[in-house]
Amino acid sequence: MAHRFPALTQEQKKELSEIAHSIVANGKGILAADESVGTMGNRLQRIKVENTEENRRQFREILFSVDSSINQSIGGVILFHETLYQKDSQGKLFRNILKEKGIVVGIKLDQGGAPLAGTNKETTIQGLDGLSERCAQYKKDGVDFGKWRAVLRIADQCPSSLAIQENANALARYASICQQNGLVPIVEPEVIPDGDHDLEHCQYVTEKVLAAVYKALNDHHVYLEGTLLKPNMVTAGHACTKKYTPEQVAMATVTALHRTVPAAVPGICFLSGGMSEEDATLNLNAINLCPLPKPWKLSFSYGRALQASALAAWDGKAANKKATQEAFMKRAVANCQAAKGQYIHTGSSGAASTQSLFTACYTY
Amino acid sequence: MPHSYPALSAEQKKELSDIALRIVAPGKGILAADESVGSMAKRLSQIGVENTEENRRLYRQVLFSADDRVKKCIGGVIFFHETLYQKDDNGVPFVRTIQDKGIVVGIKVDKGVVPLAGTDGETTTQGLDGLSERCAQYKKDGADFAKWRCVLKISERTPSALAILENANVLACYASICQQNGIVPIVEPEILPDGDHDLKRCQYVTEKVLAAVYKALSDHHVYLEGTLLKPNMVTPGHACPIKYTPEEIAMATVTALRRTVPPAVPGVTFLSGGQSEEEASLNLNAINRCPLPRPWALTFSYGRALQASALNAWRGQRDNAGAATEEFIKRAEVNGLAAQGKYEGSGEDGGAAAQSLYIANHAY
Repeated sequence: MAHRFPALTQEQKKELSEIAHSIVANGKGILAADESVGTMGNRLQRIKVENTEENRRQFREILFSVDSSINQSIGGVILFHETLYQKDSQGKLFRNILKEKGIVVGIKLDQGGAPLAGTNKETTIQGLDGLSERCAQYKKDGVDFGKWRAVLRIADQCPSSLAIQENANALARYASICQQNGLVPIVEPEVIPDGDHDLEHCQYVTEKVLAAVYKALNDHHVYLEGTLLKPNMVTAGHACTKKYTPEQVAMATVTALHRTVPAAVPGICFLSGGMSEEDATLNLNAINLCPLPKPWKLSFSYGRALQASALAAWDGKAANKKATQEAFMKRAVANCQAAKGQYIHTGSSGAASTQSLFTACYTY
Repeated sequence: MPHSYPALSAEQKKELSDIALRIVAPGKGILAADESVGSMAKRLSQIGVENTEENRRLYRQVLFSADDRVKKCIGGVIFFHETLYQKDDNGVPFVRTIQDKGIVVGIKVDKGVVPLAGTDGETTTQGLDGLSERCAQYKKDGADFAKWRCVLKISERTPSALAILENANVLACYASICQQNGIVPIVEPEILPDGDHDLKRCQYVTEKVLAAVYKALSDHHVYLEGTLLKPNMVTPGHACPIKYTPEEIAMATVTALRRTVPPAVPGVTFLSGGQSEEEASLNLNAINRCPLPRPWALTFSYGRALQASALNAWRGQRDNAGAATEEFIKRAEVNGLAAQGKYEGSGEDGGAAAQSLYIANHAY
C-alpha cells in the first residue's frame, strides 16, 4: 500500500464536520426545495399554476420568508441552481435570507440519470464533468452542502451488481469532489418504492446498497464525519398487498442502517419518496423511538412531505401567503418533533398497538 | 438482484446474538488461551519448562481453576483443539469447569498462515477445508464461539490490495460457515505492530482493512449481530521513535472503528499484540474513556496480557499454582475495570492529560 496522501487538511475536516453537525443538530432537518424545472412543472400543474420562472420564484419566496423560528426545525435547505440566484420582491437574494435565519444553504449537483446498457432499464447518474469548478463557484456563492441522487430499483434482476457498484462509485466520486471544495456531500442512494416486493426484500436490498456505498466512500478517501446520508426508509413496494405499521418500517429501517452505516456519519436524513406528509412524520417518529442503537441523528430531508399542504394552500395566489406559511411551518415543526421521537399525533390507538408489534419484529 | 435466500432462521440469529452479547456483557472480556503447541513452546521455554502435553494441561489448569471472582470479568475463553478435550486433576473436563462458571467456551479454528505468492512476504490464513464439519463437532463438544486470525503488515508496499482482499474474503467465508453451525465467529484481522510507521499510518491502514472486512462480511451474508471483532488497537510501529499516550492511541483507535465498524456489531475485543500487561490495560481504559460516541462494547481478548505474570509465577511448579492463579485473577479484574473505563491505573496522571489531548486530536 502506498503512503497515504491526506485528502483533506485538519482545517478542511473541521469545517466540513461542523457544517454537517449544524444541519442536523437538535432535531433539525432539511427542506428539499431543489425540484428541477421539470419536476416543479409536475407540482404546479396539480394546482393549475403555470410553470414560469416567476411562479417558481414566488412559491419559494413564500417558503423562505417564513418567520425566523423556522430555524429551530430546519437546519438546511437544498436549492436548485436557478433558485440560488433568485431574489425576493425586495431584491434580496434567497440564499442571504436563509443564511440570516441561520439555515445552511445546499445545492442539487447531479444532472439526472443516464441508462446503463445491458441492464433491465437501470441507470447511473451524470454530473461529474466540471464538478469541481461548479462546487468552487457554489461555495463562493454561499453554498455549504451538495446533494446527489442515485436511483436503484427493485425488480427482476434488479438492482444488478453493476447498478449498485456504478452508482456507489459515482456517489463516492461526487462526495470526494465536494469535500475538496468545502461542501458537505449529502449522499443519496435511493432504492425506489416501485414494485410489489415486501418489507424484508427492501431491507435486504437496502443493506446491500448501503454496504457498497460505504465501501466506495472508504475507497475514495471520503471523510465520513463531513457527510450526511439521505436514504430511503425501508418500506414495502407501492404495489405490495401487505400493509406494515410505522413500527415495522422503523425496525426494518434502523436494522438495515445499523448493519451498514458507520457511527462516524453524523446524520441520516430520510427522503420521503411518495409518502404522505403524515406518514413521513409518523415513520420518522417511530424510527427515533426504535430501541436499537442509533449513533447517528435520524432526521428528514423532505420535499413533498414538507410542501404538499403548503402548495395546496397557496394555489398560486399571493393572498394565500399566510396560510401557505402556516401549513409549511406546521409540517416543519412536526418533523422536528419526530426527529426527536416526540411527535404526538391524533387519532392513533397509541401505546398498545406499538407494543405488540415490537415483540414480533426482533428477527430482522 | 435475485430474491434473498435467508442464510439463517430467526431462531439461529437469536442464538448467535445472545451468545455474542453474553461474551461482551458489561465489564467482561475474553481470555485467549488458544496458543498452539508451537506458541506454547515459546512461552514455556521462557520459564524453562518443557513443552509436553502434561505441562500444557497443568498450565491451563492454573488459569481455569480461578475462583468465582473471574465470573464478573471473563465472558469467554478461547481454547486450542487439544485443550478442549483435556481434564483437570480430578478428571473434570476443562470445558465443563469453564461452562459451570457461566463463561462461554470458544475454539481456535484456523490452521495458520500461508504465503501469498507475488507479494512482499504477505500471507493468507488456511483452515476452510472441512470447516463446517469441524464446527458442527465443536458445537456438540461445548464450543459456542470460534476465532480465526488473519495477519497483515505495514511496510513500504504493504498491505497490498491482494492481501487485504484475500484475508477479508477468507474471514468472511469462515464467519459464514461458523454461523451455519451455531457458532459465533470472532473475526480477527490483525495488523502487526512491526515497523517504524507512526500512529496515523496505522490508523489509515486499519481503516482500509476494516472497510474491506465489513464489505466482505456483507457480501457473504454474515449476520453482524452474531459476530465479534478482534482487531489491533491503533498504535505506532514498535520501531517508531515517536511516543504516544494512551489517550492518543484511544482516539486513533475509536476514530478508525467509528468509520468502519457498523453499530450492529455487539462487541470489539482487542488483541494485545506485543503490549505489556499494564499497557494493554491502560490503553483499553483510555479507549473506554474516549469522548467519541461508541455504539459497541470495547473490551479485551488478551493472551499474553492476561497471562504473563501468571506464567512467571508458576514456572512449572505445582506449589506455585495458587500464586500463579492469583496473578491471573488480578489481571482479569483490572481488565474488567478497564473495559468500563474504571481502571485508575498504577500511578498515572489521569484526568487533565486526557482532557487536553482530546481537544488537539479532533483532526484524526
